Amino acid sequence: MSSYEARFRVWRGDIEGGGLKDFEVEVNDGEVVLDIIHRLQSTQAPDLAVRWNCKAGKCGSCSAEINGRPRLLCMTRMSVFDRAETITVTPLRAFPVIRDLVTDVGFNYSKAREIPAFVPPEGVGPGEYRMFQEDVDRSQEFRKCIECFLCQDTCHVVRDHEENKTAFAGPRFLMRVAELDMHPLDAAEESGLDRGRTAQDEHGLGYCNITKCCTEVCPEGIKITDNALIPLKERAVDRKYDPLVWLGSKIRRRSS
Amino acid sequence: MATGTEPSPTDHRPPSGVRGAGRAAIAAPHLRTDRWWLAPAATAAGLLAFVVYSTWRAFANAHYYAAPYVSPFFSPCLAENCESMRSGPNWDLFGSWWSLSPAVLILIFPLGFRLTCYYYRKAYYRGFWASPPACAVAEPHKKYTGETRFPLILQNIHRYFFYAAIVVAGILTYDTVLAFRDEHYAWGHMGLGTLVFLVNITLIWAYTISCHSCRHIVGGQLKHFSRHPVRYRAWRFVGKLNAHHMLLAWVSLMSVALADFYVYLVASGAFDDPRFF
Amino acid sequence: MSVVDRQEWDVVVVGAGGAGLRAAIEARERGARTAVICKSLFGKAHTVMAEGGIAAAMANANEHDNWQVHFRDTLRGGKFLNQWRMAELHAQEAPDRVWELETWGALFDRTKDGRISQRNFGGHEYPRLAHVGDRTGLELIRTLQQKIVQLQQEDYRETGDYESRLKVFQECTVTRILKTVPDSGSAAGSRVSGVFAYERETGRFFVLQAPAVVIATGGIGKSFKVTSNSWEYTGDGHALALLAGAPLLNMEFVQFHPTGMVWPPSVKGILVTESVRGDGGVLRNSEGKRFMFDYVPDVFKEKYAESEEEGDRWYEDPDHNRRPPELLPRDEVARAINSEVKAGRGSPHGGVFLDVSTRMPAEVIRRRLPSMYHQFKELADVDITAEAMEVGPTCHYVMGGIAVDSETAAARGVPGLFAAGEVAGGMHGSNRLGGNSLSDLLVFGRRAGLHAAQYTAGAGAQRPAVDDEQVDAAAAEALRPFSAEGPGDRADHAPENPYTLHQELQQTMNDLVGIIRREGEMEHALEKLAELRVRAWRAGVEGHRQFNPGWHLALDLRNMLLVSECVARAALERTESRGGHTREDHPTMDRAWRNVNLLCAPVDPVDGPAATDPVRGRIALTRETTEPIRPDLLALFEKEELVKYLTEEELYE
Repeated sequence: MSSYEARFRVWRGDIEGGGLKDFEVEVNDGEVVLDIIHRLQSTQAPDLAVRWNCKAGKCGSCSAEINGRPRLLCMTRMSVFDRAETITVTPLRAFPVIRDLVTDVGFNYSKAREIPAFVPPEGVGPGEYRMFQEDVDRSQEFRKCIECFLCQDTCHVVRDHEENKTAFAGPRFLMRVAELDMHPLDAAEESGLDRGRTAQDEHGLGYCNITKCCTEVCPEGIKITDNALIPLKERAVDRKYDPLVWLGSKIRRRSS
Repeated sequence: MATGTEPSPTDHRPPSGVRGAGRAAIAAPHLRTDRWWLAPAATAAGLLAFVVYSTWRAFANAHYYAAPYVSPFFSPCLAENCESMRSGPNWDLFGSWWSLSPAVLILIFPLGFRLTCYYYRKAYYRGFWASPPACAVAEPHKKYTGETRFPLILQNIHRYFFYAAIVVAGILTYDTVLAFRDEHYAWGHMGLGTLVFLVNITLIWAYTISCHSCRHIVGGQLKHFSRHPVRYRAWRFVGKLNAHHMLLAWVSLMSVALADFYVYLVASGAFDDPRFF
Repeated sequence: MSVVDRQEWDVVVVGAGGAGLRAAIEARERGARTAVICKSLFGKAHTVMAEGGIAAAMANANEHDNWQVHFRDTLRGGKFLNQWRMAELHAQEAPDRVWELETWGALFDRTKDGRISQRNFGGHEYPRLAHVGDRTGLELIRTLQQKIVQLQQEDYRETGDYESRLKVFQECTVTRILKTVPDSGSAAGSRVSGVFAYERETGRFFVLQAPAVVIATGGIGKSFKVTSNSWEYTGDGHALALLAGAPLLNMEFVQFHPTGMVWPPSVKGILVTESVRGDGGVLRNSEGKRFMFDYVPDVFKEKYAESEEEGDRWYEDPDHNRRPPELLPRDEVARAINSEVKAGRGSPHGGVFLDVSTRMPAEVIRRRLPSMYHQFKELADVDITAEAMEVGPTCHYVMGGIAVDSETAAARGVPGLFAAGEVAGGMHGSNRLGGNSLSDLLVFGRRAGLHAAQYTAGAGAQRPAVDDEQVDAAAAEALRPFSAEGPGDRADHAPENPYTLHQELQQTMNDLVGIIRREGEMEHALEKLAELRVRAWRAGVEGHRQFNPGWHLALDLRNMLLVSECVARAALERTESRGGHTREDHPTMDRAWRNVNLLCAPVDPVDGPAATDPVRGRIALTRETTEPIRPDLLALFEKEELVKYLTEEELYE
């Protein structure tokens, strides 16, 4: 239980270029990486750009990559590293860099706009919504998302293939589709919107090869792949590749 | 190779992905310092070992029956060239024109089930394709279309293989029941082989039931669990198993190979099945 | 004259937390082209930190609940200093605001019969807080954010542009409210004409012209060292209003949340939700004693359990037992913890013990308090299902704020300026009840948006002109840290490090104007603030304007110093203890102060060089008598209770 000097390598630069800069900096008991970045700001590099906000793992602002792994700066404790280790901090590498540790995450906001919003059921007024806990559990898990975009950053579909960014919404927003499709009162279907089908046709669900990196990096521990993406794939199969289900729904619709 | 993701120095393609224009200028394709290559390498090695073993066994076409045990690789045995197993799972559907190993006829189904399985997909995409090799480690491919096109779009038929896998598991259950006989087909006996079969069939069922498609079919497709209490309970049960799908995928893979190997040992006379009663 | 990009909007909302977003939605739905400016990314506002829930008398958990009871609780919590009309509107409208969220896609926890579940909280007579586990604020923000996206999708379908009627300028900071030049317009005098802002990413300046500006910037916690607030909480909105000529109300009332983390040091102050106590958690000192039983004040004696047994029974049978004193309003609990620690009965790291591990099964704890479980596990290596948490008071909320009209949320004295949420004063009186914050955001956010849109439609028909001189002055002010120097040209006036100044400010406020206040200390604080003000004039930064956090902090210092002075001056003036203001030298509540508001206004209308004069200060206080509480509202209380708060004359009027 004491302080020590840690060695840090922090990426500094902007769109024009940049590189990893070495720092030696004091570390105290119980600190997280964000504390160290702040110490660098107040003592050695006052203009070191970093995005942060709540410092409690609730807002998802301070996403970066530490030793090559996408993580929240505020939830990565220094005690997980060896004291002799050099800790490398870089900006998210799937998005355009703005400056130092700050990247342009606009991709995510434009994808958010492409997902059709919740469709309120007709004839059910405010205060009349009745939903049971077991019916909201699934979507509630997805709504724990703090939009840190670490899943979007780590997903190789866009991280390694810039050209896929137009066609692929990314795990966060496919999960949003799943959330709405599982919402007990979402009336998209009645309004003529088939979320399961559009997940495949418009939001690029087929690009996902379920290699689970989104789940691995999620700081909220949301089972993105198992609980959102795979169920969504199965729902797409219902609509598009399962003649039995297709036939069944045709018959049921006719008879009801 | 699973771990060979760093493009060779002679690679002159324009940089893309993490080293593309606009991204933070970092030359290294990844900065991970942990042993990230271990998991894909181990996965690839494990899968490879199974493929080698099962190919040898399937095409060897021998030592797959030692009364009362039939190797799960050869059950059901559907051609004329099968060894005869009294009241065993040999139903001659293909007649005499089938001259290859009868294992090939039936292995298609479990193979298809596992090949399209959501876990195995992850395993071999990472282990063999390096797509990606590990999280935040750049993949070596220039283009990526995932499962949007042929042939990988066929992964969507997983649920049909799941239906087939239920049938196969049913037959293997039947085989396990038959294993409660002795070598003279008298009922009420048990040997070490019976135990091996019991363990194997339990794991096969657990793996089959824990399938993501199964989870969807039993309840996941519903919008309102509250209106289907029985299916909700079934979904929760499958969900609990599903959380261990990876583990079950591996142990059932090992147990099926082990069950086959056990039959091989007994059938080839290398080992005598110890009888309990 | 600098060339600054200008855009025209109908309503500009500063801040994208719960109040700001709700205001923007309302304004846009009323037909106003609305711009939202926020310092962080869209959806990251401090509202996400709210954990416990939204207080609204929906009577889902207890049928006896109604707005009158909620109103009564709110007034008791605020020690009758609340702007009573606000408290009334708030209690009446909160249920509608919560239900409306459901129609926008929010998913609250449910009761057995499918309605919104409601939980207990300090100071609320009935279970009243609509919640989602302990991440209610996140749900609120996300729902509003997604509602905004939905409106943008509508606009896209109609106009082909997502941002044609509602645009979020994220990572931008407003440094000045612009006003018309008094003699240029009509007889009406000076009114709002827009805002001056910079974009953090590029450092570029821009002006949004608009007849109406809604301030919804939240609180001031970053002026204190131990706080649950995020970096954004630098009192920007308070300072902007002040500099635009709108007075601040009752700034001495700062809420210290009783339970913040105390260890490890780097997370000291991070909030531990009140739901821990609402769901059964208890406070113990180092002797293992549930000390809160010793701290029930006279005004609350009849309402709280006298024995542990009764308190424990209350969770199961609230109709026949009284609630445990752990659920007293926050100010009482915070003071009690402070006293225990001072008396040497604290925990190893200077807090007290908050224990749920012996009160609930581990499974239940993980389900009901998932983020708390996660937070302690990740940040402190403490498993709250197996051991007690260490907690202590942390600066959490400011009850004081911009003085507003109860109905319209219009700021006093500046036509076109509106304020809602934490930045607005009055609603919570001297102390806010848990859960009343989120409902406040929704109720008054909506009202601010509504009235801003109406104001624009009326008065704004004639667009106010932006005064170029003000724009130039604002640009010069914002650029000052790049060429910082002292008054005069003395060589010893080297540039100051903004980070150092900030740390000193936080230490000063924490130590001298903190949870327990003394006259001498506050006088000392004012001297120290004056000194910091002089030094802040020379705050200098390195580098350039592109995403430069040192520069941003240097600009925020102006706001923090202004607001801190308001807090210190008002606290020195109010010679009593009430709610979030505790004077060691005046330890009791004084009925004579019950109907007195303290208003802060700048001494000079413009923040010029006078700011460097340490003696004068920049804030002048005025006293104001509050409007008497409407008789039918007073009638909701028993006479015996009222005599504890109201003076004889007030009672018999």
